[in-house]
Amino acid sequence: MINIIGKKYWYFVISLIVVIPGLIAFILYGLNLSIDFTGGSRITVSFPQKVEKITSEKIKNTLINQNLKVSTVEISGKSLLVRTSPMDQKQNIKFVSMLSKEFKGAKETQFETIGPTIGAETTANAIKAVIFASILIILYITWSFRSVPKPASSLRFGVCAIVALIHDVLVVVGIFAILGHFFKVEVDSLFVTALLTVIGFSVHDTIVVFDRIRENLKRMMGAPFSQIVNESILQTLDRSLNTSLTVILVLFALLLFGGETIRWFIVALLVGVISGTYSSIFNASPLLVLWHELAEKRKKTKS
Amino acid sequence: MKKSPRRLFWLIIALTLMAGFINLPSIKTISIGPIHKNINFNPNTILTKFRINKEFMFRRGLDLEGGTSITFRADMSGIASTQRNDALNGVKTVIERRINLFGVSEPIIQTSSVIGDSRIIVELPGVTDVNQAISLIGTTAQLSFWEEGATGSAKIASSSAYPLGAVQVLGENPQKSSLTGKDLQQASVSFDQNTGKPQVQLVFSSDGSKKFAEITKRNVNKVVAIVLDDIVIEAPRVNEPILTGNAVISGSFVLDQAKTLSTQLNAGALPVPLSVLEQRVIGPTLGLESLKKSLFAGIIGFVIIILFMCVLYGRLGVLASIALFIYSLIVLAIFKISNITPYGITLTLSGIAGFILSIGMAVDANILIFERIKEERRLGKREEVSVELGFTRAWSSIRDSNVSTLITSAILYQFGTGVVRGFALVLAIGVLVSMFSAIVVTRTFLRVVSKN
Repeated sequence: MINIIGKKYWYFVISLIVVIPGLIAFILYGLNLSIDFTGGSRITVSFPQKVEKITSEKIKNTLINQNLKVSTVEISGKSLLVRTSPMDQKQNIKFVSMLSKEFKGAKETQFETIGPTIGAETTANAIKAVIFASILIILYITWSFRSVPKPASSLRFGVCAIVALIHDVLVVVGIFAILGHFFKVEVDSLFVTALLTVIGFSVHDTIVVFDRIRENLKRMMGAPFSQIVNESILQTLDRSLNTSLTVILVLFALLLFGGETIRWFIVALLVGVISGTYSSIFNASPLLVLWHELAEKRKKTKS
Repeated sequence: MKKSPRRLFWLIIALTLMAGFINLPSIKTISIGPIHKNINFNPNTILTKFRINKEFMFRRGLDLEGGTSITFRADMSGIASTQRNDALNGVKTVIERRINLFGVSEPIIQTSSVIGDSRIIVELPGVTDVNQAISLIGTTAQLSFWEEGATGSAKIASSSAYPLGAVQVLGENPQKSSLTGKDLQQASVSFDQNTGKPQVQLVFSSDGSKKFAEITKRNVNKVVAIVLDDIVIEAPRVNEPILTGNAVISGSFVLDQAKTLSTQLNAGALPVPLSVLEQRVIGPTLGLESLKKSLFAGIIGFVIIILFMCVLYGRLGVLASIALFIYSLIVLAIFKISNITPYGITLTLSGIAGFILSIGMAVDANILIFERIKEERRLGKREEVSVELGFTRAWSSIRDSNVSTLITSAILYQFGTGVVRGFALVLAIGVLVSMFSAIVVTRTFLRVVSKN
């Protein structure tokens, strides 16, 4: 029989190897926050032909002349993306008419302005949502596993599920901190949605394994805890992999065909789902065993 | 339930047919080759029978439809805190009226109060000229009538205290009359019979007619200024008293200006000033492209899941795929039905992603059950017994894992705005229906099949 629990430290090390670089990037650079959080304007302009005449330098200057702070000007083929500090109607009209004068057929396809108050609110709500979701899930698991037989305790199940969840959140946030710094990938309110979905999925996966541990604890009375956990992981392994594989396949379909707008949203989900599958098998349950062993040791030294 | 899988089976079939029926698009004519047939087919005919004046339809969000979304902040500083709710609702009504006159189909106007801030969120599908929309919604068209005051009397106030141009036409001491836009019954566009130029026709209420009659009586052979938003737009000389309560602003309008003015006058003034907090415009082509792409991705995803399930679980997988199909029909029907209730679900891009993701979660329930059935078989149990055991033993993990997803979606709904909310709602509906499809639908199918 494969022994997953025996190698638990290895799996923790693998997790750290993935989490630590992201965490460093997050501390050093932070996330590349979109105007959803910071407030500002985002304008997309499309051109009938490839743009060569207009340089990003020139666009920057016209905007700065209107007393706007410019954060990015991206020209790619037939479209132009500009991000600035909040722009009002008049400034927008001026800017677009300048472009269409310079370049016939230029058309504004998207114009968003988000005031700084709304941005701050979105940030606060996102953080609140993640914290509240975690607390409620701990409470639910603790309640749902309340009848779990000794030596396990239901609170431990809840806490271990949350540790696995935090692991997944860190992986996704870390990878997006790296992507944001090196590839200018932005984090918007859809990212928060992705993060919360990952939280849901991670707990979903962990619970399936925990549920089996709960069942086997009753069935295999007397067997060592680590063996019960190991067997539960193996019994649910087929299901974990099959489910994750379906979800991953669907996400790949969305990634390939779903279009530009939701691309990074899907990437965040993909990273989170893969991490969630890993953490539910290799982190949450081994952690349960580790906690158990530590508690046993303390009991022995006391007596 | 256990004793009559057959009855349940027929119930599921009936439910599926109903959901399928609701999902059908309305068709007027069908032509297959040379055969041309006039068929008036429309699921909405049921609604007309029940005298429900709404439609089964998918309400598409702005990101799929293209359009404008604007968030206004209402400045409540001048209004007592006890009356702020009423004032906000007043603003909403005025905006609603203005938008209806603007001719936007399916606008969404919501009010929200965030600690100390009153907001109005306006979504206008199909409108891409945000500037026009903002000026229509946000401008207060305040009409007033001014007459000459006594010359040389009292102090002479600086001309800035009067509407622009008032001093020039009315002399040093213009006076505001009691007649205002509130006394209007209706404003409309008409054309000058001599010049053919557009003008705005005013009809006063009975009260307003009296006031207007008095003003004109008082000012025969004098000038009366018509002032809009602090600018004199016209200053006609009164030839004789007008007692009918009709007046005309001829100004020098082009047709669009005359239309906008009459619209604004009809809608009345906003009780509080508004400022723009947030605005988004999505071009219609971008919306359509996103819709096509996400639908295509959805279909591909669905096909992948079905193939995957059939390969992995054979006969069981086929049954699960049928259950998934029913699941999709039911969820889509719920989207359509929700539109006739006050809790209409708006489908956005992230909502569609949520729907596709919930298909994944629906599959998970089936996988959990099937793996369990396989396990029980491996332990040497009879097929029928293992099927029953598979369902009962997988139930606790399906329940717990789905409840945790429901918790997350509830929190997303609570804290999220717009996009996030749509996603959360769709995910929650998906999870609930998926539990029904995995437990009831698949199980009933299995029982019916194994009995035969």
